[in-house]
Amino acid sequence: MLNIHCPNCGITAEETEFHAHGEAHLKRFGPGSSDDQFESYLFMRKNPKGVHFERWRHQNGCGKWFHVARCTMTLEVFASYSAQTYAPPQEVLDIIENKRPGWNAQEDAT
Amino acid sequence: MSEPVTALRGASDATGIATVTELGPLGMITLRGDLGDKAIIKAAVAAGGVTMPEVRHCATEGESGIAWMSPDELLIMSPYSEVHARLADLPDKLTKSHALAVNVSDARAVFQVTGPNAREVMAKLAPVDMHPDHFTPGMFRRTRIAQVAAAFWMPDAETVQIICFRSVAKYVFDVLNMAAQDRSEVGYF
Repeated sequence: MLNIHCPNCGITAEETEFHAHGEAHLKRFGPGSSDDQFESYLFMRKNPKGVHFERWRHQNGCGKWFHVARCTMTLEVFASYSAQTYAPPQEVLDIIENKRPGWNAQEDAT
Repeated sequence: MSEPVTALRGASDATGIATVTELGPLGMITLRGDLGDKAIIKAAVAAGGVTMPEVRHCATEGESGIAWMSPDELLIMSPYSEVHARLADLPDKLTKSHALAVNVSDARAVFQVTGPNAREVMAKLAPVDMHPDHFTPGMFRRTRIAQVAAAFWMPDAETVQIICFRSVAKYVFDVLNMAAQDRSEVGYF
């Protein structure tokens, strides 16, 4: 079971109080985009074994959205951060780098 | 005016390790807006009749009070008979702010769990650390109770007051009673 911290209201609770909403930091391709771009925006999701960035919502609490960085293999939660970001903030990347040295390079290779 | 009727007509069950009672009707106003806006806080304090609570806390005095619901939402409580008057005062105070105030009294049900084992009953149902050091009277918590959304606070050390949607009132009453059934003490707290 994941223990998740909501950066909006400051509550840390287990995952049943929250709801996961899939991969974070997607770039939207709407009208005017090519079919390939639209298809990848709509359907193609990362499925890493390891570090993953996700959107979560504090469904049974304050109702606000935020981002979570966690490991899909060990279920370790690294950090949660604001929903109003286009990419994980540096301090979150530092925490992950500290615990999974070289994780980013691995992801690029696959 | 028609007579207000609560969802379970004040049902109560004292057969278990804690007494579960349906309270109400209670006046409740949802106020949404930027809580950094002084005008909104002022309006809330005037309507709630208590001082502004801290984050994740509530301030109550009898049936009146203010509860912190989320970074942009407050719940203003009042006696049921006063809720229309208190709501009517709000729009004038909020003309310059982007805010929303709605009477939700009839959309909710209110329960009370009392007794020395009240903490235990809640701990069985909600993913909340109910240890007396961690959840203290005055704190306000929105969470789930078994499968439905709810919010609760503790007016005193042996009483928990719960707010849930009226549509799930029967479910919440039953599940509270199940968690409070006779001889089901865990003795954890």
